Amino acid sequence: MFPALIPAIPFLSACILMLCWRRIGRTAVTVVGCGSIALSALVALVIVGQLAANGQQPVVQHVWNWLQAGGFTAGIDLRIDALSAMFVLVITLVGFLIHVYATGYMADDPDYSRFFACMNLFVGAMLVLVMADNLLLLYFGWEGVGLCSYLLIGFWYKDPANNYAARKAFIVTRVGDTAMAIALFLLFQYTGTLEIPGILSSAAQQWTTGSPMVTLIACLLLGGAVGKSAQLPLQTWLPDAMAGPTPVSALIHAATMVTAGVYLLARTHTLFELAPDAQAATAIIGAVTLVLAGFSALVQTDIKRVLAYSTVSQIGYMFLALGCGAWSAAVFHFVTHAFFKALLFMSAGAIIVALHHEQDLFKMGGLKKQLKAVYWVFLIGAASLAAIPFVTAGFYSKDQIIWLAWSAAGGHPALWVAALLGALLTGMYTFRMFFLVFYGDAKTHVHHLPGKAMMIPLYILAVLSVVAGFVELPHTLGHLTLVTDWLLPVLPQVTVVQESAALEWLSQGISALLALSGIGLAYTWVIRRPKGMSDFLEMPALEWFRGHWARGWDFDRLYDVLLVHPFVYLSRVNRKDLVDRLYTGIARLMEVCHQLLARTQSGILRWYILGVVLGAVAILSVLIWRIYE
Amino acid sequence: MNLHPTTAGLLLSGVLFVLGLISILVRRNIIFMLLSVEIMLNAAGLAFVVASAHWGTADGQVMFMFILAMAAAEVSVGLALILQLYHQLKTLDSDEANKMNG
Repeated sequence: MFPALIPAIPFLSACILMLCWRRIGRTAVTVVGCGSIALSALVALVIVGQLAANGQQPVVQHVWNWLQAGGFTAGIDLRIDALSAMFVLVITLVGFLIHVYATGYMADDPDYSRFFACMNLFVGAMLVLVMADNLLLLYFGWEGVGLCSYLLIGFWYKDPANNYAARKAFIVTRVGDTAMAIALFLLFQYTGTLEIPGILSSAAQQWTTGSPMVTLIACLLLGGAVGKSAQLPLQTWLPDAMAGPTPVSALIHAATMVTAGVYLLARTHTLFELAPDAQAATAIIGAVTLVLAGFSALVQTDIKRVLAYSTVSQIGYMFLALGCGAWSAAVFHFVTHAFFKALLFMSAGAIIVALHHEQDLFKMGGLKKQLKAVYWVFLIGAASLAAIPFVTAGFYSKDQIIWLAWSAAGGHPALWVAALLGALLTGMYTFRMFFLVFYGDAKTHVHHLPGKAMMIPLYILAVLSVVAGFVELPHTLGHLTLVTDWLLPVLPQVTVVQESAALEWLSQGISALLALSGIGLAYTWVIRRPKGMSDFLEMPALEWFRGHWARGWDFDRLYDVLLVHPFVYLSRVNRKDLVDRLYTGIARLMEVCHQLLARTQSGILRWYILGVVLGAVAILSVLIWRIYE
Repeated sequence: MNLHPTTAGLLLSGVLFVLGLISILVRRNIIFMLLSVEIMLNAAGLAFVVASAHWGTADGQVMFMFILAMAAAEVSVGLALILQLYHQLKTLDSDEANKMNG
């Protein structure tokens, strides 16, 4: 099997859907849209099977020489190794489930075919990103993902607000992309290649640990990852990206776009090991983001925005793990997060459709009886997100990160405290949302129940949100390290400084306790409503905070003041600038010439012939003059 | 006057060409303009034949065959156009057909 088939099939189906949608019916669109991802997932399974069978020798395919200039060659080379294999499997499998769900969710949309074309393009671009063997091709996929997010966030383009959200996502991530492009230029200048294995092997010889150049490059790469993965300070686009259809949100949050940053950092981990400062910055960004986004999620009123901030927060955990050198823990959390976040988004979508596109949490309530099936899958997803101990996948992956934030070589007690605070917040905001939706008095009439196409993917994801955790168990609970072992050829094992079973038990105990008490707090807050707590929460001092959290700590306003307003002002001042006048002058000159030439077009044939004759005479005279000179 | 045959032939073709050119510029009747074009084509053909005789190759004569075929095609198209022109404007004056000006 060729690795190239994995991205090629979604691309091909996207082309078919874009070009032939008028000629093929809705059923055919469904078959092409979902079938291509299923096919791609099958090929991926076969290739990963090969990879496992041949002792993790990477499966590489050289498709084409893309660029060749001087000593520089960039090929379209696809490579499946332990790391990309995990991403490819998650992208295709979760992507397939999202596609199946979307056939139900988007069933009545007039732009059904355009939707699937963009979704397949999205999956294809993400697959190119993770399978690329050189950074240029990775960048191609990286930008492809950005384009598709733009197309899909603004999918319902008739509402200007959606277009604003799409543009914001595009422009804000572009800031990070610029940093990443500069990192690529620097890498090429210093190592002479853009092939990932080549860079990683020559980086260790080129730079000593902590040298300024490698730190700069790592920081620039981090900037790219921060933009794509919506981390501080470029996180503002993700909550607004909720403007797109819910399956799009599920795809962006679970399987594709926002995890690209995690993948990039894991892929270039050698550079980060050479730059401890950049690595520490990664950990700090992750820790700060996960706490700030947790607070924001706590006070949102829109169900999808709660989930959006929760994604920012969970990706913060992944960055924290990457920054501590716990590479495989980050990838493990990515996998479990993909399952439960896709589950949560799609069950939220089911609720939204059932309530006739109502997204306000405070207008829901009492849905437990009316949406029984959704209630259970949402509960499983929420439990996994909140990391209920022992029974959920989220517990095993998040707990590992919390413990390593303390004990790993790059860890620090402060990071550990931030991670624990995040665990408390996660429990609180997740179950606040859960209780608000399903308990209390019913406020909205259920419009219609989700169909089979929407429910079956939810059941599968619910099972995965539980069992996916059992592949990697902590040392204190059975010590199973399948994920770390699988990733060992690509990602080095984490160096644990403080290895102590007692401390690990303590850390796990505290994090489990915090998660549960977060749930308890949410329960008292939303359902039992004791006077003390509501008095405390409605204090005027907290009101101020709540407003800021609800607006995402007012980063938007900050950027408006710092960047948008000055830019608009400058452009207004500079509206009639000199350079523009030069070009306007050229345009005027051309207009005058045009008028003159238009005069010569008289419609009288003999004048034209005369023109031809004069021209011929002139050319012949010049020729003869030059011959006889 | 004792001219080399090649020079004489080329002179003849040149004179013919210029005559055709002048008549196409001064005539307004479109049929005469078509005739003048034929004269110019024949002048060019004559130049080809003279040149092929000069170098002793058949290339120029083959080229003249092409010119003849092209002239035949051109005349048929041209006459059809003239018929249409007459049908539309009831005149053969080419200056009357000046509707397509800028």
